[in-house]
Amino acid sequence: MFSEWGQVGLLLALALFFPIGGVATSWLFGRLGLRPDRPNPVKEDTYECGMTTEGPTWVQFNIRYYIFALLFVIFDVEVVFLFPWATSLERVAVAGLVEVFTFVVVLLLGLIYLWRKGALEWL
Amino acid sequence: MTGVGEVAAFWILATITVGSAVVVALVRDLVRAVVALVGSFLGVAGLFILLSAEFLAVVQVLIYAGAISILMVFAIALTPRSARDNAETAMRWLALALALAMVGLLIAVATVTEWGPQAKEGFQETASAIGEALLNRYVLPFEVASVLLLAAMLGAVVMVRED
Repeated sequence: MFSEWGQVGLLLALALFFPIGGVATSWLFGRLGLRPDRPNPVKEDTYECGMTTEGPTWVQFNIRYYIFALLFVIFDVEVVFLFPWATSLERVAVAGLVEVFTFVVVLLLGLIYLWRKGALEWL
Repeated sequence: MTGVGEVAAFWILATITVGSAVVVALVRDLVRAVVALVGSFLGVAGLFILLSAEFLAVVQVLIYAGAISILMVFAIALTPRSARDNAETAMRWLALALALAMVGLLIAVATVTEWGPQAKEGFQETASAIGEALLNRYVLPFEVASVLLLAAMLGAVVMVRED
């Protein structure tokens, strides 16, 4: 079992190596004078294309956006409850299906309530 | 934990976890602290995998690294700039003493406790075992959890919307 996770670890190591390696190589070549260094305002802009950025990076957001974060956490927790059901699907059979259906319907009621109340409207 | 690879993985993951936690405590910018906290959460998820608790590891990534950190980033984005500074406080030495006392307690418990055979050999298929337990023996707490989530949902809408 651990050998399979070893492959995940290898993938993780490679995924970390590629971005860090690129930046580190660029920095190292810069220090050694091997790469050209000609910065200009356009090159150092935050975005390559699109609208020019305006004002400071930190603005205070409307508190009403917080509901999306809260709902995300709630449905994330729901997924955690559905995961073990999906892996034991055959052993819990029809009774399990009914129980999970009840679980989802209760949460669905809440979602319908929020939808009707307009809490999911983007500002 | 027997093989060299597992011992190496443990030390790498422990370094990531504790190192990120130290960054969380020391860094001055709250957003950077949250990013470092995600690193710490992911390290703990890796440690859960080493303990052969894969389901717990998935939950750790999904809930803590995924959702709780998002909640924190939102909370920071909703706060005025003045309150975002992770400034030094007079409590820092007390906090350090408390953290060291906690480390001592955990090491003492880990060495004194007589761990059963399960702790040495690990588990098989944790997710499906949890699923079976949830849907047979613990079906009432399972359904109560959905009601609790519903209450949290309604609480969220009441808290955020005043109309």
